[in-house]
Amino acid sequence: MATTAFEPRIVAFFCNWCTYTASDLAGTARLAYEPTAPVIRVMCSGRVDPQFVLKALQEGADGVLIGGCHPGDCHYQEGNYKTLRRFRLLKRILSQFGVEDERVRLEWISASEGDRVQHVINEMTDQLRKLGPWHARS
Amino acid sequence: MAEKPKVAFYWCASCGGCEEAVVDLEEQILKVVDAVDIVLWPVALDFKRRDIEAMPDQSIAVAFINGGIRMSEQEEWVHMLRKKARIVVAFGACAHLGGIPGLANLADRRRIFDTVYREVPTQEGQPGTFPQESSEPDGNRLALPAFWDEVKALDQVIDVDYYLPGCAPPPKLIWGAIEAILTGALPPKGAVLSPNKACCDDCPRKDSKPDKIELTEIKRPATHVADPDLCFLAQGFVCLGPATRSGCGNPCIEGNMPCRGCMGPMDDVFDQGAKFLSAFASILAPKTEAEIDRLLDQIPDPVGTFYRFSLPKSLLHRRRPGATV
Repeated sequence: MATTAFEPRIVAFFCNWCTYTASDLAGTARLAYEPTAPVIRVMCSGRVDPQFVLKALQEGADGVLIGGCHPGDCHYQEGNYKTLRRFRLLKRILSQFGVEDERVRLEWISASEGDRVQHVINEMTDQLRKLGPWHARS
Repeated sequence: MAEKPKVAFYWCASCGGCEEAVVDLEEQILKVVDAVDIVLWPVALDFKRRDIEAMPDQSIAVAFINGGIRMSEQEEWVHMLRKKARIVVAFGACAHLGGIPGLANLADRRRIFDTVYREVPTQEGQPGTFPQESSEPDGNRLALPAFWDEVKALDQVIDVDYYLPGCAPPPKLIWGAIEAILTGALPPKGAVLSPNKACCDDCPRKDSKPDKIELTEIKRPATHVADPDLCFLAQGFVCLGPATRSGCGNPCIEGNMPCRGCMGPMDDVFDQGAKFLSAFASILAPKTEAEIDRLLDQIPDPVGTFYRFSLPKSLLHRRRPGATV
């Protein structure tokens, strides 16, 4: 059987106001980056239920990336602080489940930071290539 | 007189509390005994495996099975009961969600074996003597059930018709389920036989919950005595009420202990621990990573706390085998 190189699959949850707009900007500016991270647009990073992250891993994602507005810049004032608290707690649970640190990542990326989207997705893709697939059983 | 419906009770990886819960029906148990024929109940009655094996398929009206599934013998029994019974009810938190034995899914068979037979300081007897699945002392072959690498909830092994949640299920819900089965007034298959709303909804302390909670300290029942009238979350205790199904009658709350989540999640929630994590993180006060981490250090075992009864039924089921983190 032919073997193909492992290409990680990242599920990216980007907030409508900052990170999604930044990824749009990256596209407009023709910044090339790895095609590993299909984006799910949510109105706020605070909408990302920790269940979504676990569900993505359970259904075969190798990593999950959450993008939101910088602290203080949330369109809904407080949403990204809730995201941060959930994320810090979720990371502790993920480590008990044996999920490596690099697999689940939170980044603050403002609407003007298209290059940051490019950098983060490239870097995360590289890290996951080294880490290999996440085989969660269903 | 028409033949009475046959009922079986069976236990797997469990503590015996679920059998106690049946006895807690008190005098109502006499009505149960009047209405049905108990054909299997290892804790109380002497029936053997061969007695059940000899019964025709589908001849048992209902089998109540408690406990998680972690050994080959338990798997054999529940497959047999599934064949013999028309209705299978997962009885109690362990059969429903994996329960307390399910916390073993943070380790594996090897880790548990080493802890119990090699490393535990109170071990007595001959070092290096380990139980074997098959052995031949003095020419007699002896077999022990195989111990699995992980604990499973009942519906991860056989098809389950209904769930009676709780550790142990409250007698009121047990009686309700038995009545529903005897009268045929059953809900759709797959239903959890308890109201689909949060514990907080029935909580006697509900009115003491402020509109906004901003915790700067997390307390534990081991280190702090809770005020007996105030919302546990408002006081800083981890109380799983918001992510837990009601119907228990709040015995823990009345004993001044926060909810630990034994009734499991409500319908449409597919990971009780993550759902609670989400709610709990939103009532913490800090806004910077360092302050948040300092506060979270006060929860020594988040998975054991948030998934105390539901780890095998969580989205990831268990700690990843061979994980290095």
